[in-house]
Amino acid sequence: MDQQELRQLENRCIQEQPPWCTAACPLHVDARGFAGQAALGNWDEAWKILWRSMPLAGILGRVCDAPCRERCKRSEAGGAIEIGALERFCVSLPRPEMRLQVLPAREQKVAVVGAGLSGLTAAWDLSRKGYRVHVLDAGPFPGSDLMDRFPGVLPKDAVAAETALLERAGVVFHCAQPVNRKDFIDRCRAEHHAVFLSLEVVDPAAWGLEVDTEGGAVISSPLQATSRENVFAAGLGNSPVWRAAQGRWAATSVDRYLQNVSMTAGRDRDGPCETRLFTSLEKVDPLPPVPASGLDGLYTPDEAQAEASRCLGCECLECVKVCPYLEKFKGYPKKYAREIYNNESMVMGARQANRLINSCSLCGLCEVVCPEDFAMQDLCLKARRGMVERGKMPPSAHEFALLDMAFSLGERFSMARHEPGRGESAFAFFPGCQLSATRPDQTLRVYGHLRACLEGGVGLILGCCGAPARWAGQEDRFGEVLDRLRRTWEDMGRPRIITACSTCQLMVSENLPQVEAGSLWEVLAEKGVPEVRFRPEKAPAVVDPCTTRGRPWVQETARRVLRDAGVGFEELELGREKTECCGFGGLMQNANPDLAREVVRQRAAQSGADYLAACAMCRDSLAAVGKRVLHILDLFYPPDGGDPADAPRVGWSDRQENRARLKERLLKEIWKEDFPRMEEHHKIKLAMSPEVRERLDKRRILDEDIQKVIHQAESTGDRLHHPAQGRYKASFRPYKATFWVEYTPGEGVYEVHNAYAHRMDVVGGGRL
Amino acid sequence: MRSENVRPEDMDWVCCRCGQRLVAGPVTVEYMGNQFTTDLPRCPACGLVHISEDLATGKMAEVEQLLEDK
Repeated sequence: MDQQELRQLENRCIQEQPPWCTAACPLHVDARGFAGQAALGNWDEAWKILWRSMPLAGILGRVCDAPCRERCKRSEAGGAIEIGALERFCVSLPRPEMRLQVLPAREQKVAVVGAGLSGLTAAWDLSRKGYRVHVLDAGPFPGSDLMDRFPGVLPKDAVAAETALLERAGVVFHCAQPVNRKDFIDRCRAEHHAVFLSLEVVDPAAWGLEVDTEGGAVISSPLQATSRENVFAAGLGNSPVWRAAQGRWAATSVDRYLQNVSMTAGRDRDGPCETRLFTSLEKVDPLPPVPASGLDGLYTPDEAQAEASRCLGCECLECVKVCPYLEKFKGYPKKYAREIYNNESMVMGARQANRLINSCSLCGLCEVVCPEDFAMQDLCLKARRGMVERGKMPPSAHEFALLDMAFSLGERFSMARHEPGRGESAFAFFPGCQLSATRPDQTLRVYGHLRACLEGGVGLILGCCGAPARWAGQEDRFGEVLDRLRRTWEDMGRPRIITACSTCQLMVSENLPQVEAGSLWEVLAEKGVPEVRFRPEKAPAVVDPCTTRGRPWVQETARRVLRDAGVGFEELELGREKTECCGFGGLMQNANPDLAREVVRQRAAQSGADYLAACAMCRDSLAAVGKRVLHILDLFYPPDGGDPADAPRVGWSDRQENRARLKERLLKEIWKEDFPRMEEHHKIKLAMSPEVRERLDKRRILDEDIQKVIHQAESTGDRLHHPAQGRYKASFRPYKATFWVEYTPGEGVYEVHNAYAHRMDVVGGGRL
Repeated sequence: MRSENVRPEDMDWVCCRCGQRLVAGPVTVEYMGNQFTTDLPRCPACGLVHISEDLATGKMAEVEQLLEDK
């Protein structure tokens, strides 16, 4: 990713776009942050927010005409937030202690003529930038003009407090000045490096400014420049906040003029602006504004807090709301894009975004719900590929899944055959790894059903579609797996592939366009569904696999099968194109098992109904957290014994074992062939308690790993003995991990007490 | 502290091949091109090393994670 790509990505995420109130405010006051603090009753914090973005908050906070109300999102649900009234309430409270920050003094002198809102704002900004500011006003005391303009609203002490602040910032007030007299004007211009004019009080013609037909000064907005080079002016219109804003823009121009830098660069956010923010009003109940019952229409403290509580705190976070992964890392895509970019560009030090990159399920829900189609999955997958290319992918992130894929591609599972007695296949059933791993018996029976209902020969291909390699960012490996599948398909005479797994279907149709790959549901819908042997008492909720997102016809066909079978079902709120991942997709389960568990827990909690999954992996992930869940095929071929919705998840070891047994059974029962040759370590029989089994499954230690350790120990004698416990312990390193097993040999069976693994290697192969 | 990774109960094992109780001694471990030497229980005769569950799933796992993210 280069800088330009990063900026394009960052720009796509709108979470940091300003809320409508801030965009509408000519001063961009942080009204959202202000209301947020006010809603909590943190009035000191609310005051500080006004202080930071509002000039002379003690004055402007009392007279602000709140143009933000017109664009407030709350206006679509009960009425705009009364920000003006909340500001008045806030600034009527004592001002908390805050540091007045003034930049180091500059030599240049600026005259501010007229102490209206625009003039005092300009004086406030310029004095804090370090200029020597002189306010020259016609009135008898500083701020008198303001008090005349807002009788009863601006108490004298409030005005005095603000002018005192200005004096603390270095502003010198000169009252009772003849501001429109020629000698004053000449002297003022001669003695100052720049002049600001409050149009509330000065006569533009007297100052020699170009005027329009109605006698008003010709001013360029928002630079606030006049026809004279070093003279700037502001203060037009009836809106107090607009007059203050003009004063601010003029101060910016004076500063730039005196520093001799660009007058215009980067000023597109002076004044109200557009915003691309999106805030959903779904699930927002309408609430009318809280009326003020206090003296002079002021809020009481309770009323103010209640009114502030109506603020929606507008933000987008559409993706974060539906994705536990995006929520987990405490940010949003714009932040994540930056973190991933930094991760890639890092030369030394810890790559802190590795986990962020590898935890995404790549399910694509974020892209569907994002108003701007931000695709976190594309970003993460690209980052993974980059990590693999640069040799920076943590070896532990995906290794277990890749080894499992290698198993499925190996001799113990992989095979391809025409139907017995046929030399060609019009179709080939491709059940994939997960159905074969969790429901080998069902897989066998589905194959029987397909052979019975389809003509032209139904071959069988056992193997893997390569999805784990793709998800791991290993594009070369993915290409090899697909290529092998393509060759098998060609050798079989280009049959139509029938997939039982939507991931297999997606991988094949997206990457081998020449292969016609349909779903098992299509065949069942077309040729008739098998007899229903298990009928749920209550309608279950359909769980669409995340790999069918964007493929509504696959989802619809699965529903057609259910309708044809006469099985009623419900829809989940996050179903169809908004379906969620079960925590397995994208190898989230490998890289971040805790998060995967959280994801599936939330998925399970979405409905009290039993679930009916169209994916073997979804079914098992949900079963692992105790959700009652069926696979669609359970309706036709329920597993033996008990309620199939209660069937437990199949552990990692049993998954491989089931695949191997499926191949053995298929060869024996259908093709009348011998089992594949067994290796020596496969003959070792293991026994372990359910607790040990669960612990080892969590550690992803397979029975085969344990068999290898024991085989090695027993055949070489390299083992430790604990005389007091009578146990043996040994280790073996079949690949880049060392497995340790604690065991007791018994009658033809080894009792396993514990096993664990580490990736570090002892230099010298475990013996020094 | 070279012996910080050795706990008394890790020494209760006997090397079957040599019939000797384990003793603490320097062992070098390696991961992703980084080597560390620390004392671990090992057979004084043949050098067979014992890595305990606590060490493998605790400190070793932590260091592995750190090195993987480097």
